[in-house]
Amino acid sequence: MKNDFKVIADLIEKNKRVLEVGCSDGTLMKFLKENKNINIRGLEISKTKVQKCIEKGLTVIEGNAEKDLKQFPDKSFDYVVLSQTLQAFLEPELVLNELLRVGKKAIVTIPNFGYWKVRLHLLLKGTMPITKTLPNEWHNTPNLHMCSIKDFVQFAKSRNFKIFKSLALNNQNISLINDVNLGIKNLFSDLGIFLIEK
Amino acid sequence: MNNEINIKTLIVKNPLKLDCGKTIKNYPIAYETYGSLNKKKDNAILIFHALTGDQFVSGVNPITNKDGWWSYAVGPNKSIDTNKYFVICSNVIGGCMGSYGPSHKDPNTQKNFGTNFPIITINDMVNAQNNLLDHFGIDKLFSVVGGSMGGMQVLQFVSNFPNKTKTAVPIACTSSHSAQNIALNELGRQAIAADNNWNQGDYVSKNTNPNKGLAVARMAAHITYLSKKGLQEKFGRKLQEREDLKFSFDADFQIESYLRYQGSIFVDRFDANSYLYITRAMDYFDLTRKFNGNLSNAFKGTKTKFFVISFTSDWLYPTQENKDIVIALNSIGADVGFAEIESDKGHDSFLLDVPDFLNVLKNFLEKSYVEN
Repeated sequence: MKNDFKVIADLIEKNKRVLEVGCSDGTLMKFLKENKNINIRGLEISKTKVQKCIEKGLTVIEGNAEKDLKQFPDKSFDYVVLSQTLQAFLEPELVLNELLRVGKKAIVTIPNFGYWKVRLHLLLKGTMPITKTLPNEWHNTPNLHMCSIKDFVQFAKSRNFKIFKSLALNNQNISLINDVNLGIKNLFSDLGIFLIEK
Repeated sequence: MNNEINIKTLIVKNPLKLDCGKTIKNYPIAYETYGSLNKKKDNAILIFHALTGDQFVSGVNPITNKDGWWSYAVGPNKSIDTNKYFVICSNVIGGCMGSYGPSHKDPNTQKNFGTNFPIITINDMVNAQNNLLDHFGIDKLFSVVGGSMGGMQVLQFVSNFPNKTKTAVPIACTSSHSAQNIALNELGRQAIAADNNWNQGDYVSKNTNPNKGLAVARMAAHITYLSKKGLQEKFGRKLQEREDLKFSFDADFQIESYLRYQGSIFVDRFDANSYLYITRAMDYFDLTRKFNGNLSNAFKGTKTKFFVISFTSDWLYPTQENKDIVIALNSIGADVGFAEIESDKGHDSFLLDVPDFLNVLKNFLEKSYVEN
């Protein structure tokens, strides 16, 4: 399993109620269900991925996070997980607000546009960066609103979201982000993981 | 029609108070079963049929000698695997394949009921079929499954009996018949009523049948089961066994010939009065009616695990109406999954060989059964 999934799973206590938005083929859902006895639901827009989730015996709802989160009542999940999808929404702020309405807490992970390899790619090659977490070219990327770890932290603060935990991932290394090391982590991490609440 | 020879029947002694206010008792429910009930009696699936279906869901229908109406989905190793599950399917009351309906005799007059049969509802159909569970000694079903009117019965069943089934699969249906649905059914009913042979519902005593009216009703309905794209691809403007237009009102086009054929074979297997009664039951269906317009309240307290399925090209019971069911269930925190299947085959998709549909149905049931 991907390293970031392990980190997400460690943030969630056993026996909780969790919604994963953009659950893809259900890999993380399956892990949470089997290893942490999580009552898990998924929301996924792709028909083929919905079929994959059903093959795994997971409860998935085919739908669009920007329209279909409103059907869930306030605080109806202990956690809502959004894994590397925030940047693909037309209105990420709207989605974030919905995550924090539906979930008591939200876990959001973002591919970090401030990562040194991304910066260097643009600086030296002069073309849009392609990395492990950003594998697409400029014309076929689903990403509309890229941000860096620093962007996300500043945004969360400006919207008065409480950040319980900020983690930086660089290959296998996981580290805590704080106000002091934010600049360094923003440079050396390819992924940011945030546990937030409103 | 009404060849009772190969029909299994349960005579229900318990009186059933119908929504219309009348009470029926000692009435027959015709049913069929497939596979075998296990010792724990926890592998039973109750399948509800659609408007013109019957209890012969799989195998060969002994009355028509054709494949059962859901043979793509039900049978050994199929999505609803009869090697694994015990499948029960019964003819709805109001129907014409052996269950209590307008072609039965009124015990008081010894004449055929015709339109003197009480008006029935989806709720009545479901309450009547519930007697089959007692008959087989089943406390809790593994699943209730049905498409179209069968899906409406699935919703009604869970609403009436919130914890009598582990899972529920409503397919291509709605929680409330729309104005368009009612309009299309009314078209069919008026076609039957316009046939002089209908005789206000009393055609048995005159030894006739309103076949023309019933055929037109079927032709109109059949169009609603297909999609524009599906029709265009299958028929287009292709001519029927002729080189050129005949400049007449013959069936020049293949689509005309096809519809006429569908109408003509339908009247051999279906009773016109049953068509009136069942379409009426569908039109009266509004699960929110008893719950102040709030669909969620119809499912309050249910622990049933739902899986709702719709089809992209179904304009009779479109995806949004199926999604409304999902939304209502989510708003009370019920366990519900949903998939919209890509298909050009219109509302009929659920009856046809649509692999994505058959796969999700199989997978949902199998994975839920493992957790049993």
